[in-house]
Amino acid sequence: MNDSNFKGYKGRAKEVLQALGGRVWANVILKTNEGDFDGVILPRSETADGDHIVLKLKSGYNIGVRADRVREIKETSFKEAIYKIPEKEFPFSEDKPNVTLLGTGGTIASRLDYRTGAVIPAFTPGELYGAVPELADICNLETLKLFGVFSENMGPEQWITLAEEIGRQIAKGVKGIVIGHGTDTMHHTAAVLSYMVQNSPVPIVMVGSQRSSDRPSSDAAFNLRCAAYTAGHSDIAEVMVCMFGPTSDKYNLLHRGTRVRKMHSSYRSTFRTIGDVPIATVTPEVVTPIKTDYKRRRDDKDVTVKAVFDEKVSIVYYYPNMRPDIIESLIDNDYHGIIIAGTGLGHVNKPLYPALKKAHDKGIAVFMTVQTLWGYVQMYVYDTGRDMMELGVIPAANMLPEAAYVKLGWVLGQTRDPGKVKEMMLTPVAGEITEREPFDGYLILQGGIPEVEDFLSQRYR
Amino acid sequence: MKELEIDIDDKSFFESRGFKCGLEIHQQIDTERKLFCHCPVGLTNRRHDAEILRHMRPTLSELGEYDGTALMEFKTKKEVIYRLYRDRTCTYEMDDTPPFLVNQDAVDLAMRVALHFNCRIVDELHVVRKQYLDGSIPTGFQRTMIIGIDGWVPYKGRKIRISQLNLEEDSCREVSDIGHQIIFATDRLSIPLIEVITDADMKNPDEAAEVCRLLGNSMKAAGFVRRGIGTVRQDVNVSVTGGDRVEIKGVYKVGNIKRLTATEAVRQIGLLDLKKMFTGRFTSPEAVSYKEENITSLFSGTANTIGCRLESDQPLKVVALYAPNLRDMINTPLQPGRDFGFELSGRVRVIACIDTKPNLFFLSQKERYDIPDSLWDTITRSLPCETNDDIILVCGPSADVATAINEIKIRIGELADGVINETRQDIKDGSTDFERILPGPDRMYPDTDHPPVKITEERVTKNRDSIQEQLWVKQERWRKLGLHEEQVAALSLSKFLDLFERLAADRAVNPKKAAHYCADVMVGLRRKNVHLEYADAKKLYTLLHRALVEDWPYAHIKAALIALSQSGGTPDDHYGTSDFDTLWKKAENGFATAKTNGSPDKFRRYITGQILREYPDRTADVLEKITARLSE
Ligand SMILES: [Zn+2]
Repeated sequence: MNDSNFKGYKGRAKEVLQALGGRVWANVILKTNEGDFDGVILPRSETADGDHIVLKLKSGYNIGVRADRVREIKETSFKEAIYKIPEKEFPFSEDKPNVTLLGTGGTIASRLDYRTGAVIPAFTPGELYGAVPELADICNLETLKLFGVFSENMGPEQWITLAEEIGRQIAKGVKGIVIGHGTDTMHHTAAVLSYMVQNSPVPIVMVGSQRSSDRPSSDAAFNLRCAAYTAGHSDIAEVMVCMFGPTSDKYNLLHRGTRVRKMHSSYRSTFRTIGDVPIATVTPEVVTPIKTDYKRRRDDKDVTVKAVFDEKVSIVYYYPNMRPDIIESLIDNDYHGIIIAGTGLGHVNKPLYPALKKAHDKGIAVFMTVQTLWGYVQMYVYDTGRDMMELGVIPAANMLPEAAYVKLGWVLGQTRDPGKVKEMMLTPVAGEITEREPFDGYLILQGGIPEVEDFLSQRYR
Repeated sequence: MKELEIDIDDKSFFESRGFKCGLEIHQQIDTERKLFCHCPVGLTNRRHDAEILRHMRPTLSELGEYDGTALMEFKTKKEVIYRLYRDRTCTYEMDDTPPFLVNQDAVDLAMRVALHFNCRIVDELHVVRKQYLDGSIPTGFQRTMIIGIDGWVPYKGRKIRISQLNLEEDSCREVSDIGHQIIFATDRLSIPLIEVITDADMKNPDEAAEVCRLLGNSMKAAGFVRRGIGTVRQDVNVSVTGGDRVEIKGVYKVGNIKRLTATEAVRQIGLLDLKKMFTGRFTSPEAVSYKEENITSLFSGTANTIGCRLESDQPLKVVALYAPNLRDMINTPLQPGRDFGFELSGRVRVIACIDTKPNLFFLSQKERYDIPDSLWDTITRSLPCETNDDIILVCGPSADVATAINEIKIRIGELADGVINETRQDIKDGSTDFERILPGPDRMYPDTDHPPVKITEERVTKNRDSIQEQLWVKQERWRKLGLHEEQVAALSLSKFLDLFERLAADRAVNPKKAAHYCADVMVGLRRKNVHLEYADAKKLYTLLHRALVEDWPYAHIKAALIALSQSGGTPDDHYGTSDFDTLWKKAENGFATAKTNGSPDKFRRYITGQILREYPDRTADVLEKITARLSE
């Protein structure tokens, strides 16, 4: 018997399965001193202990049986789970826009294998059509799987591949691009694509899901429909994130790629535009602009792709009592750029100053952002700020720390000339720095206050 | 319609037709916090603090297609509204936060109940998800896990097998379900619940009711369960030879089980007869040659005359469906006062969301409606009918009417299958109405959000040592006290069991006499609306104790008991009729001032909301009462 027969099993459980002839996917009678169990042996999670065998009983429930109890395993039948989604041909219609969906590894649509609970991603147009048939009412869909990585493993290599592919798709003449992406680092990718892909004639829409699509309450299908609609029909030719507006199934928001941030570890409505208002709301039927200053869709194919990235960039989240060795270790490791997320208006403590000066002298670009997320860096107000600027720390206005981090990597990929780097960093490319913060750009309603509760009680939130 | 007589006491009739019944008893257990989050347990009757709106979408099943049930529920395209309460729900109940680790107190309590029922405790708990697309759980699935298997309880010299004892989270309370919108209150959601599942070992309606009561009483005897209305609900599975398993869901009153199961068995037998008729007449469901005609214009401006009081922004449509050679079948009674036409109406209510009754109008039953004969004549001129043909009018928003017509054809076609594997709900007078097609074991899959929980042998032993005396052990003790077998049986099912135990503990009390009052007299008095279960428990004990020790004459004791009961009141007092009236008036006034142009449907919704707020755990009863009042 080979190892796939004991998928995930280790220790005593594996020994018992081997000794008594049990294997994963077999329907068995498992005999113990206390009584028998009738069920299918399931693979075991790698992180679970080595003492139990997992059985799916006829009722559909799973249980773990202590391997030491098992006296005999009698296989009654065997049927391996097959991981495949049947495809249905995605219908093509002349009057619908062509949209390409680029896959990065986040699962937007999937089906569930009830035997195991495994989630099998649906990705080809045919699979997606099977899972979300409403897509055919919106666009003609083509899909391209670029890589299969988890959100946290997205990095420069993937960003560059993605940007270049977007360029090719635009050259091909698609009417819009949807990018399926895990949500954890979606705002990093959204920001970096905003710099790498400039002057796009078509919408570039990033989408994911906060509740996986094997759940009836999933946000995936709605997100996908909204994203496809935006890509195919909206006149907003920018890099955007398309995710739930409220936690209710009402509408999605289109966030500008450089101003968006994931703000809750698990809410559906986790993405928020910071320091501004979103570009628009969207449903699978209509886009309703909120802003007017967005870049419009064009008929040409004149996109500029600058897909470069210098990996020697870091982001430092300042905390009280931070020691200079943190900065020094970056200098010693030959970093080219540092983004600091400072306190308040953009501060760090004095003991860091010599290290910052050393960094500057070594030609390392150091930019200041704020860990408050909302608001501008303002280093003229206090002496400490002025001191730091003298050390060469450059205030990065209201760029979000993550947006600044990927921008610095992108800029350093093009030049290491300090003057050029400063100029490029401080010249907004895609709204990462704004001249004004509107009065409703900072809005965290505080629960418990009577007027807020009154507002909440009258709306699906 | 012919009258349908059911003798629910005729055990041998039900046994001869292969009656089989299994029970699923859902009982809330008494923990401080919920099962997968840290919210406190308890219902609220405050107004909600916020609402969210969601939809349920079927997931792809094993075959890569949406399965039948899922699709059917999706067809109804309901807006689901969840009401949130600051002190009862958090973001877990909203499905915006993953589960916290399972409440260990709940696991221990459930384990004790499982041990009480002689179950084997599983070595490692695995949380699985059981899909529900009706919206009653915001995630779309219920988190549940097996605690014990292979238990049993003794009953009439045999063992009733308990195949499984599960620990799971409770679902939401339904507030209202009108048209395309269903409203749920989330306070009950995620309260720890144990589910005791028996095999289909009950052979007649009496046994179903008795075993249900035995299990319920045993759990109360075991301690640790929450008491009060709505804390226990049972699903009852019934089948007969040649039929299929039908689940009657959410039965609150054990007292209804006997009639419900008897009626369901008779309904299945009726459907089996219809199957013979149908297959004798039609080679296949497709062989029925229906005709349809849009007759909306006939009703222009007078839609009210056929009782179409639907509130809708869409224009109403009326379609006549010609159903050939089906008149006798449509009018075949399946439950008392309810024919096959009622089955059609139930499907249309659930699937097409046309829920103002009557939602279907049958030519064969035209005397029931206010539709002038001249109109029927116009319809039958274009759709001529032979004696055994029928015409069904469907009225509602255009899209819903199309769904309804399709669903009627599907349900008629299913006559060829006899009994349909479905879930039904308990309505008035022991009848049931369609709720949904029964989901299968395929709707279960592992919960990847929660790790397995190892149960040590020490933990099992500790719980085994702390369980209460089992009911059947008590019964053995009672026999030794000299109680007759009938007394033992009656006492086991009595609400006054604990009282008896306290009385019998005193040697000065004659146990047989104590049993006579606790199992017999006071139970009998309940039938005369003398409700001692609501009386002050201390006073009741003191009274009986003294009466038995001093050996008062029977008439004397009875009079004293009746007098004592006055202080406790009747069930109606506990769910005050007068209160209901006051609330109704208040709501009526509120509606009049708030919304002067409200339609009857808006009025119903408003009244329902206002009154339910006061009776959060009496949803079913209150709705029934409101419906009754509205029809006055
Ligand atoms: Zn909670």
